[in-house]
Amino acid sequence: MKFTLSWLKSHLQTDATLTQITDTLTRIGLELEGVENPGAKLAAFRVAHVIEAVQHPNADRLRVCQVDTGEGVVSVVCGAPNARTGIKVVFAAPGAFIPGSNITLKVGEIRGVQSAGMMLSAREMGLGDDHAGIVELPAEAQIGMTYPDWAGLNDPIVEIGVTPNRGDCFSVRGVARDLAAAGLGTLKPFAPIVIPPVFDGGPRWDIAFPEACPWIVGRTIRGVKNSPSPKWLQDRLTYIGLRPINALVDVTNFFTFDLGRPLHVFDVGKLSGDTLTLRRGAGETMRALNGKDYVVDPEDCAICDAAGVQSIAGVIGGEATGCDEATTSVFVECALFDPIRIARTGRRHQIVSDARQRFERGLDPALMPDAIQAATALILELCGGEPGTVTMAGSEPAWQRDATMRFARIASFGGSDIPADEAVASLEHLGFTVRQRDADSVTVAVPSWRNDVAAPISLAQSPELDPAKAAKAAEGCIAVEAENDLIEEVLRLRGLDAIPAVSLPRESPVPQATLTPRQQRNAIARRTLASAGLMECVTFSFMARAEAERFGAAPDALRLSNPIAADLDQLRPTPLATLALAAKRNAARGYADVCLFEIGPAFALDAPDGQKLVAAGLRCGQTPRNWLVPQRPVDAMDAKGDLWALLTAVGVPLEALQVTTDAPSFLHPGRSGMVRQGPKTVMGYFGEIHPRLLAALDLPGPMVVFELNLDAVADPKRRKKSAPDLPQFQPVRRDFAFIVDSAVAADSVVKAAKGAERALITGVTLFDLYEGERMTPGKKSLGVEVTLQPRERTLTDPEIEAACQKIVAAVAKATGATLR
Amino acid sequence: MNDDLEALKTSTDAALADAADLRAWDAVRIAVLGRNGSLTGMLRDLGKTPPEQRKDRGAALNRLKDALTSAIEARKTQLEDAALDARLLSERIDPTLPPRPRDAGLIHPIARTMEEIAAIFGAMGCTVVDGPDVESDWFNFGALNIPAHHPARADHDTFYLPPRDGAAPPVLRTHTSPGQIRTMLSQEPPIRVIVTGRTYRADHDATHSPMFHQCEGLVIDRGMTLGHLKGVLIDFLRTFFAISDLPVRFRSSYFPFTEPSMEVDIGWNRRTGELGRGGDWLEILGSGMVHPRVLANCGIDPREWQGFAWGMGVERITMLKHGMSDLRPFYESDLRWLKHYGFNPLSPTILHEGV
Repeated sequence: MKFTLSWLKSHLQTDATLTQITDTLTRIGLELEGVENPGAKLAAFRVAHVIEAVQHPNADRLRVCQVDTGEGVVSVVCGAPNARTGIKVVFAAPGAFIPGSNITLKVGEIRGVQSAGMMLSAREMGLGDDHAGIVELPAEAQIGMTYPDWAGLNDPIVEIGVTPNRGDCFSVRGVARDLAAAGLGTLKPFAPIVIPPVFDGGPRWDIAFPEACPWIVGRTIRGVKNSPSPKWLQDRLTYIGLRPINALVDVTNFFTFDLGRPLHVFDVGKLSGDTLTLRRGAGETMRALNGKDYVVDPEDCAICDAAGVQSIAGVIGGEATGCDEATTSVFVECALFDPIRIARTGRRHQIVSDARQRFERGLDPALMPDAIQAATALILELCGGEPGTVTMAGSEPAWQRDATMRFARIASFGGSDIPADEAVASLEHLGFTVRQRDADSVTVAVPSWRNDVAAPISLAQSPELDPAKAAKAAEGCIAVEAENDLIEEVLRLRGLDAIPAVSLPRESPVPQATLTPRQQRNAIARRTLASAGLMECVTFSFMARAEAERFGAAPDALRLSNPIAADLDQLRPTPLATLALAAKRNAARGYADVCLFEIGPAFALDAPDGQKLVAAGLRCGQTPRNWLVPQRPVDAMDAKGDLWALLTAVGVPLEALQVTTDAPSFLHPGRSGMVRQGPKTVMGYFGEIHPRLLAALDLPGPMVVFELNLDAVADPKRRKKSAPDLPQFQPVRRDFAFIVDSAVAADSVVKAAKGAERALITGVTLFDLYEGERMTPGKKSLGVEVTLQPRERTLTDPEIEAACQKIVAAVAKATGATLR
Repeated sequence: MNDDLEALKTSTDAALADAADLRAWDAVRIAVLGRNGSLTGMLRDLGKTPPEQRKDRGAALNRLKDALTSAIEARKTQLEDAALDARLLSERIDPTLPPRPRDAGLIHPIARTMEEIAAIFGAMGCTVVDGPDVESDWFNFGALNIPAHHPARADHDTFYLPPRDGAAPPVLRTHTSPGQIRTMLSQEPPIRVIVTGRTYRADHDATHSPMFHQCEGLVIDRGMTLGHLKGVLIDFLRTFFAISDLPVRFRSSYFPFTEPSMEVDIGWNRRTGELGRGGDWLEILGSGMVHPRVLANCGIDPREWQGFAWGMGVERITMLKHGMSDLRPFYESDLRWLKHYGFNPLSPTILHEGV
């Protein structure tokens, strides 16, 4: 919402400075968005008089002028064809900046004659394209006056943000009222005189859609002459960014901003029949004033004459019946429309108009009779003519409401001790009128323009609430809402900075844990992965569908209906998908060897709430080059190592896990594993990215990845640990080399060895794998270290030997292994 | 009579001094203390000494034995040290060579800020609540007093998913405020929570990302006033930015789910970006007293309970705290940026270590 300072002062009697005004606007919730003084950049230019202009001695097209600047007479060389003796001009002295030419003036010498300044064209002043000659001012222009002062350009333009609840401040008068209430002056009275009709005639209203339009008035003014508006009106509109069109249209735009009261004008000569009907649209097409065609539907309120739809009510008028310079008889519309219907219609047709903006926030229903009189007066002033009777349909809706405020609540809710008298005075300044007051409370009538205060209450209570609880809460809302509205007004006008800040009282001397055990565990996962050498990333939750599909399911239900870009349309099935693309971007920058991880959502329809929290990571390229450790490509065991470290950190016992070979299909089928806890729970997976996926997405390789579903990790149990097992006797370690078929899983050998003598065996470690040329094809050798832990006494050689036999037998039975 | 002993001492000392290595030293030791050694022989011959001299000679021999033994041991230590020194001289490495590589990863600044937020509000008694990214229309809008026609909806640039089961289409949450609703439905007051997480709006330029992070706070109790809200926010902002006198300004504003609503600015220098001084104001978060309709929508009686809520952009406060100028690199995963701005994983936010 924009207005000029002079426009504001047409409603507000004030001595406040511009800065006081703008600071106050921000403080009371009408946030200042900008101030601009169009005259500021012209302040150096002055009105001057050309005393004499003579031919330049050395140039045909130049003249030498003696110019009275008000501060002395200077000599100026000028090439403009209209530079001549006696005219009043705009003069720039040396040192002034010329916006249209982007130069700073200096005293110069042109063909041997000194020139101490410049007389300006409109283009040089930055005020248009006219460069045919220098600007000529009327003879009465006062020599020495600054140009902006003479031209009335020193009128700062203020722009404020109006919040959706404050429709009343989409008007200069509403802003003035708030400023006055905040103590910045007094609101000037507004009481338009009633202009009696000269004739009875013109169009009549007929409301056939009362849900959309409860009340509408109109008035015909005949014999008007519709020419361009006077300068003051054109200036006001131009300064706030509107284009003056003609006097009748400009009047409607003026009142839209001045009173927040949109009006519409029909050219009576272009209307068919004598009735304007408000009804539901029926699929007709109307060409609007913006030159576009709209099809009105039954949810739209259309204003129609005998020929068809002539206006989309409250949103935009039709081109066919608009007023132009040929208009001699005008019908002014002043209506009340349902805000919700206006909002829906505007959104459906994607029309943003000043009228829609005001109607959808709700406007002052009581202003209509005054507004039609004020509009009549201004039209008569600008265009002449004679007014008809005011015609009307529907009736003024009941808008009157009361609201009560208990004074104690200003402190117990608002946190501010404001004396009752002061609080009541604030409300009165805003236009509330006291109906009743006692020591504890005040009841006020809400002014017609404040539809945000004590508004009808509509709730959207959760259907799952206990009915009694829901009813009690609803009653509570009705009981306090209007009071809260009033407290807000009282606090707002004084400024919220005036409320003393109070630190939150402690609930307990030492606060409870902030994070749940699960949240703590997620934090540990993050630290563990970063400590393991992976860089944490935050990537988008959405990606291109075609790419998402390659990493898992990309169901339609998780595809955005209105993506911001075609490559951000699908919720990702795993963060690995977006991490892989991040690795690709890094490779493109020359960093192909990256280790990345992310803890974030993976989206899947079968998960609770459609998503699960996962920790996902990848390693890409080669290990670092080092003189001690040979460089090598990353492999699936790197990813398994990350996953195993992560599982350990979040408290999952590794012994309880099984690794199967049915990992997701975007992984290398032979170099990947699915990690399960029990037959049903999938904890995660690891492996090398499938070469086909690398090729399809042009990803750098090799790339190995892991994912852990943090939601699948059981809640940590808070219980005391059992006593530790600390035997007195040294353990005995024995190595075995088993030869098994290549297909045998190493894990089955380890598990069989462990189970051979449970009381004695406390550890089995696989330390070697050999599948080289000295081995029979199809076989491999596994080196296993077994730890035997005696408890009662040191083991004898025969006892150790017996245990070893059992181990060999158990492994042989389970896997067909033979000792090497 | 003891000349032979003196002679042995002298000759042994000389021999030890001559012994250049442990082998020569061992030969001396055996020649003196060995089974056939000179001292061993003298001790053996003590019996042949006349009885009247035997006691004196015995004592002298024992003294000699102690002296020789310690001289021999001392020389051994000397030779061993010399041998070790000589060996170490040949065992040099180039200490300037690089060690075996150990990867170091870092924590993303967004995660760091979320930790700091949790630590500070945690000290005020708040717990952290999570919520889903895909929300129903009711949780994201309806329950928060933003009905379908409300102009505020247009400001939200909502992402929609296809409708399911005839209900209004699910949305990607446009703010973390649905977390307030989930909390009020699942917990009885008093309530002190924060909600942090991903939020989404269809907007993409230098200062807007279609995905970003918010932190929401909710306090519901008896007797909570706008003054407490101001206290909570001032305490948080001054702690988070570590500026004890950070100017904080409160402006009246409007949000559908709070009343009164206020926007909060902090003092800074627009030109240099320095926080805390400079006379300019920077909008940093929105807040207000929870609207009675929102309480009632969740079954809480506003006559009995009142409280406040606030919401802020995690990236925004991160950028301000660390002087970052561009939002987009947060989601780019550029290794160079991550290394520059990332945080040590072993130095998590702990209040007694400072935030």
